[in-house]
Amino acid sequence: MLAVEVNHVVKSFADKLAVDDLSFSVAQGEIFGLIGPNGAGKTTTIRMMMDIIKPDSGEVTILGERLKEATKNKLGYLPEERGLYKKLSVLDSIVYLASLKGMDKQSAAEKADELLEKTGMLATKSKKVEALSRGMGQIIQVIVTIIHDPQLVVLDEPFAGLDPVNTELLKGMFLDLRNQGKAVILSTHQMNQIEALCDRILMINNGKNVLYGDLTEIRSRYRGNSVLLDFEGELGEVPGVSEKRQHKGYIELILDGKTTPKQLLERLVGRGIVINRFEVATPSLNEIFLKEVGKKS
Amino acid sequence: MNKTQLIFRHEFLNAIKRKGFIIMTLIVPVLALLAIGIFQLISATAGPMVVETTTIGYVDEAGGFDDYTTQGNIELVGFDTQDDATAALINDDVSEYFVIPADYTSTGVINRYTLARELETPTSITTAIKNFLTSNMLAGKVPSETVGLIEAPLALVTTRLTETGEVATEQGGFGNLMIPGIFSLLLALSLQLSCVYLVQGLGDEKESRLIEVLLSSVNTRQLLIGKVLGLGVAGLVQVVVWLASMPLLLNLASSTFGGFFGTIQLPANFIVLGMVYFILGYALLAALSAGVGAISPSAREGQQMIPIFTLLLFVPLWFSSILFIFPNSPLWVVLTIFPVTAPIAVMLRLGVTGVAAWELAVSIAVLALSVVGVMFLAIRAFRAYLLMYGKRPRWGEIIRSLRSG
Repeated sequence: MLAVEVNHVVKSFADKLAVDDLSFSVAQGEIFGLIGPNGAGKTTTIRMMMDIIKPDSGEVTILGERLKEATKNKLGYLPEERGLYKKLSVLDSIVYLASLKGMDKQSAAEKADELLEKTGMLATKSKKVEALSRGMGQIIQVIVTIIHDPQLVVLDEPFAGLDPVNTELLKGMFLDLRNQGKAVILSTHQMNQIEALCDRILMINNGKNVLYGDLTEIRSRYRGNSVLLDFEGELGEVPGVSEKRQHKGYIELILDGKTTPKQLLERLVGRGIVINRFEVATPSLNEIFLKEVGKKS
Repeated sequence: MNKTQLIFRHEFLNAIKRKGFIIMTLIVPVLALLAIGIFQLISATAGPMVVETTTIGYVDEAGGFDDYTTQGNIELVGFDTQDDATAALINDDVSEYFVIPADYTSTGVINRYTLARELETPTSITTAIKNFLTSNMLAGKVPSETVGLIEAPLALVTTRLTETGEVATEQGGFGNLMIPGIFSLLLALSLQLSCVYLVQGLGDEKESRLIEVLLSSVNTRQLLIGKVLGLGVAGLVQVVVWLASMPLLLNLASSTFGGFFGTIQLPANFIVLGMVYFILGYALLAALSAGVGAISPSAREGQQMIPIFTLLLFVPLWFSSILFIFPNSPLWVVLTIFPVTAPIAVMLRLGVTGVAAWELAVSIAVLALSVVGVMFLAIRAFRAYLLMYGKRPRWGEIIRSLRSG
């Protein structure tokens, strides 16, 4: 059973088409990256998945069914801009929001203790939310998102404003969720985090699907016609290389279009060059993003 | 416990824990108790009240005005000439004097002299002089009881009867107006306060984006109903505390102060109608507030928009003096039936003239229908604008989205 299935969904606001015939699916046990420039339609897509707004047309199914009351208890949602009840204590906030996800008060309090302990936030348990720093508040929000053991977790910019220690802490928690078989949808502009965490991605721009699929496959699809080389000795002229670009600690060899990286490697080895690094240049997700978004706009 | 109940409980507990709510709820009975306590304390420590006697002079040029020189707490002292009386006035021996001219019995003119600058002659002085003249002129001609009746011919005792001819339990008068008057003001404040809490709560949740987390757990109907009921019941608790404390305080005030407080009555059905109008009035304003909360981009802007309709609540209080002068004016029928002004208008009228049964029936029916209609529109606005942050929609857009749903 798929965690999320979005079929030909369209949503417009007044005179703006926010989501245009979008289709994708998210499997259980995967971290799925949802990326796109500002205003691309990511948040609108997430809100339709969460049943906060209704699509104009198309269908969204969550955990195999159209979203209903009971299904909402199996979802965890961390919106992009966050807030809690400022005047409530940390524990009261967590317990109240967990109770709206169907947890009883006692289980919620016990699980809250466990998660606060795990995140090193137990000392803030009785403090009012307004006394917390932004980063601490964010950790509490993540706890609120996952406390009820959801089957699908949707995280909109979960790392924004976090220090590296807390970023690593959250990454570990998200990977644990995946390992437990949960589906995690991660929407962020931090492409390095998508590369580090996601199995598959969907890139949208102007509400439309731009790139969709396995991250490794997408990156290989965008693999350039060049090789990164770190070597010892004299390189000289190499047949099949049309251009050399010197970088700090390595050289980038642009192939002529007829030569494959494998043929180049054989030629270099044949000439007795000591090779420390030989890597087929693969563009980063950031480069792919810039290329695709730039192309469409 | 279902999710609406959870939201209801959360909102109710949050509302009754607010300092503003606690102060507002307790301040009415506490202030009344304090006033009674202070009065009792002063009464216990102070001696019996001394009535000050005023001395005024007179010059009798007509002759025959020698007796009855004590009129209540006013003592009249005769002078032979006007110069003597003027000297006594300047020496502060008398506070004022009057001259009975020789031709008084044919003209009725009395000349009064005083150092004080006044708008008109005080009633107590006029009464004292009038009774002094009357008593002296009638002395020996009619029995003294008749003199008393001529001086005060009317002690009007009005009894209100019911349509079946029995003595009515409510006899009207200012004593009857006291409690509804105070209660209508408190009711308006309580309704306003509940709406402020509702708009503030929605605005805060909208500003902090918590509304999205809530809507990923519950639907708009559950959220709206839970909030409206939670804050409404908190407001009702406030009103019940006030209503319950009123008969108690009234008894205490009546036994302590006596006099006017002894005449204070609670109009029939006052408590029941007070609660009915609070519930309906609150439901109407809560629906309007929810709509305003959904449309406003922030809690502060929402609160700035509340006076647009809460000011209407207070309209009957502004016109209350007209009610006292023209209690049967058609304006009052309009204010009784117009839904936003109805709660306060009915409370005020209950204390003055009462409200006809048909007017009450129409008023409650119109109010109930308005609640349903406004709630329907509020839910549409709530759905359309709850997730719109940072900008306020134009009126044209709002009307379009209310039409289209």
